[in-house]
Amino acid sequence: MATLLDSHTVTDSEARFPAQDPVNISRRGVLLGTAGAASGALVIGFGLPVGTARAQAAAPAPIPVRVPAFLEIRPDNTVRFLSPFMEGGQGVFTAMAQIVGEELDMDPARFVVEAAPAGKVFQVMDGGMRITGGSMSVRLTYETMRRLGASARMMLLEAAAHRLGVAAAELTTEPGRVLHAGSGRSLAYGELAGGALDLAVPDPAIVKLKDPATFRWIGKPVARLDMHDKATGKAIYAIDCKVDGMLHAAVQHAPRLGLTVASIANEAEVAAMRGVHSVHRIGGAVAVVAERWWHAKRAAEALRVEWQDPGKDTDVRYMPADFSTEAFAERLANEKGPGQDAEISGDAAKALSGAATVVEATYRSQYVHHAQLEPPSALASFNPDGSLELWMPNQAPEMFQAEVAKFAGLAPEQVKIHSPLLGGFFGRHFLYPGGNPYPQAIQLAKAVGRPVKLIWSREEEFLRDPLRPMAVVRFRGGLDDKGRPVALEAVSVTEGPTEGIANKRSAELDDTALEGITKKAYAIPDKRIAQLFVKNPTTLAYWRSVGNSMNDFFYECFLDEMADKGGQDPYELRLALLEGNVRLTNLLHAVAELSGGWKRGPFTAADGSRRARGIAMASPFGTEAAAIAEVSIVKGQVMVHDVWEAIDPGSIVNPAIVEAQVNSAVTLGLSQVLLEETVYENGMPAARNYDLYPILPPDRMARVHVKIVESGAKMGGIGEPPLPAVPPAVANAVSALTGRRVRSMPLSRHSFDAA
Amino acid sequence: MQLQVNGQAHEVEAEADMPLLWVLRDELGMTGTKYGCGLAQCGACSVLVDGVITRSCVTPLDSVAGKAVTTIEAVEQDGIGKRVVDAWVRHQVPQCGYCQSGQVMAALALLKEKARPSQEDVRAAMVNLCRCGTYNAIHAALTDLAGLADTAAAAPAGGAQDAEGPSTATVAAAVAGGAAVVAGSAYLLARRGKAGETGQGAADGQEDA
Repeated sequence: MATLLDSHTVTDSEARFPAQDPVNISRRGVLLGTAGAASGALVIGFGLPVGTARAQAAAPAPIPVRVPAFLEIRPDNTVRFLSPFMEGGQGVFTAMAQIVGEELDMDPARFVVEAAPAGKVFQVMDGGMRITGGSMSVRLTYETMRRLGASARMMLLEAAAHRLGVAAAELTTEPGRVLHAGSGRSLAYGELAGGALDLAVPDPAIVKLKDPATFRWIGKPVARLDMHDKATGKAIYAIDCKVDGMLHAAVQHAPRLGLTVASIANEAEVAAMRGVHSVHRIGGAVAVVAERWWHAKRAAEALRVEWQDPGKDTDVRYMPADFSTEAFAERLANEKGPGQDAEISGDAAKALSGAATVVEATYRSQYVHHAQLEPPSALASFNPDGSLELWMPNQAPEMFQAEVAKFAGLAPEQVKIHSPLLGGFFGRHFLYPGGNPYPQAIQLAKAVGRPVKLIWSREEEFLRDPLRPMAVVRFRGGLDDKGRPVALEAVSVTEGPTEGIANKRSAELDDTALEGITKKAYAIPDKRIAQLFVKNPTTLAYWRSVGNSMNDFFYECFLDEMADKGGQDPYELRLALLEGNVRLTNLLHAVAELSGGWKRGPFTAADGSRRARGIAMASPFGTEAAAIAEVSIVKGQVMVHDVWEAIDPGSIVNPAIVEAQVNSAVTLGLSQVLLEETVYENGMPAARNYDLYPILPPDRMARVHVKIVESGAKMGGIGEPPLPAVPPAVANAVSALTGRRVRSMPLSRHSFDAA
Repeated sequence: MQLQVNGQAHEVEAEADMPLLWVLRDELGMTGTKYGCGLAQCGACSVLVDGVITRSCVTPLDSVAGKAVTTIEAVEQDGIGKRVVDAWVRHQVPQCGYCQSGQVMAALALLKEKARPSQEDVRAAMVNLCRCGTYNAIHAALTDLAGLADTAAAAPAGGAQDAEGPSTATVAAAVAGGAAVVAGSAYLLARRGKAGETGQGAADGQEDA
């Protein structure tokens, strides 16, 4: 691999080097400066984006080159690491430092981690992909990151051998130091960085990884690297970024997506408001650019705009003036048709007709907002050479770079994407047509000839935030004469987020529409799971745990319904349907034990309140989860006291982060099942801020008890998997307590009595 | 007008009705205070005005004339503020971190007013929204700061306890030589097993509300 560094071999700017094998790029002194690397630092990458060599050859004053340096060992014995994955609270920066640091033998606390810029070499996931999503970051790059650390450690050993005049085999390391036991001498990594600069990266074939039994940091509750900055206001998010000469912008979006500006009644007045620089018509919005964002926002709100319907050739989803979520839910419930098969086993129709008892029920979910606390923003700045820099929240820099380039009429290498910390994401920061502020920011920066930072106010955000899809699922379950489920049919009337974002259906069904109703582990011999597609007028999005966020609610609640009809205990029934499945049986036992033993209730708690518990399971993103929730009814509303969750991601990197993520996912799960719902009336969202779109407040939070089970199975995800079992566990508890089946979210739509 | 922020006087040229939040962020370049909703709903913009917790997004500039504004940028200059930050780090509270400036300032205001707040005081004061769900970690940090009994890991009503996790001592030993280990984190606290029933989690307080 080292030969890749030889600039003579680097000619094709589109070539892509194997992402798995690290290379030493320190020798390219010219690159060090552009990498922002310290002088004398050892810089390790996975390859070299070859635009580099060409740029250097072509220009006396080359444009800044993006060096694919993942790892830089600095003379001061600290490590700078460029993470392919965005930090949005899920702890991935720390996890990456733990994994690389483990093999490098360097304390993760000495790592400085930043988000890597766009670049093919950073596309380290299978298939040359790079997104921060799908709970994939750690599980898909665990080996790669270990190899990176191990390779760098070998180079440091080699450099130390040279320096000390001994064989590398006589050397060992302790965190941050190379030791020579024979002579008692040692050298800090930082002292060796310079000496390692000219060494070739070891042949991947001879790189040995540590025995997991000797791990010092992986598997331990290593402290997160970003805590102090985040507790003192020093952490920088996109909304905080600024560049010299920057103007601020705010928009007034068309009330419905697809409308364009017909006229502005008071444009001159608004343009004359204090601080206003200029007013701009930009497609489905009017923007105000000002010296201060407050001025821009106030002026944008003052605009009296007449909007017009789009022409026929609009490529965005047009929101009709009469759209209402209630009517749409009705339509979904009454949509005729058998749907398209997604999962078939046996003969569900025959088994249902032969069943002793048939249970039928229709469930529905709601649209929900991401509602991340940081409103979206984009800072666009054109450089004198025509290149464009953007600071914006994003979960996929290369995808954004490609779209920005297309939009701005530039080559991708002329677009530099900066990815600051995300102030929450939950799926909000993918490319969403009409749902990202960057096209507007680019237009405005171009129009005013100065850098522009555009912030969407919370109100404008809630008007364009793409939504988690709504679905109606029609279930039919067949029970045998002992009350055991033997047949299941589920037809989900919905549109999946992936097909929704693409705005077209593909030949294959959208997995993200039905995940969580499909691929359930329960042994129900005859089943048919299908999707009946109905296009949504709203824009759609991924939302933490995607299809599972609602589909496990449907399935696990209906399973309880079948259990009740058949006179089965829901916990015992799950155990029976998972007979022979060691992993899930263990998980069920684990969550039951965590909660002090399964008891459904209703029962009277120590404080005199009537309570009950519900249970549910989910298998999202390669991880298995089981949750038990305990509820009571307070003034007609559901109070969730405790959530016990057992989670088996196979193996883990940081138990403290796993526990924090379970807490986080439980919060969002509770918020969804208890409170959240995006309501549209007359083509407009009823809520434009948190006043009418409540998210879970502190006084509705439950205690959360976590049991991590490391079964040793293939590593699964952590950010999303703890969510999907929570809503059905709560709803099943409410049904147990009240005797009333809950078939829709949020529960705040209903008033309950404890039975 | 003249604005007192973190003990320093600033001359700002802004309209009387410009929210303090935007004066801080755009006029003074102090971006630690966050914009979340603009409606005093979320609390991300919380600052102290003469020691009182205040949502700066709906606080007009002229209303703070002659008053002392304290922002997150100065939190560690205050002895109590330093303790709050230390507790936030010790309990590994933040996730995305966006709301945490406001959470820390809310905790600071509470502890300045009452050195040993009760669980009820904590619940009444810590009302800012957090989309990441750090509520239990915040509760644990405040419980610690207030010197209250460790109820962050209060036993569930069912009387269960999770004795599976390592003790603080074993974790510390396992990673000896590494400075990067969570000590007294929510993770560890949650594994200390059964605690009393008094002042359970945040949820229970709601019932009496």
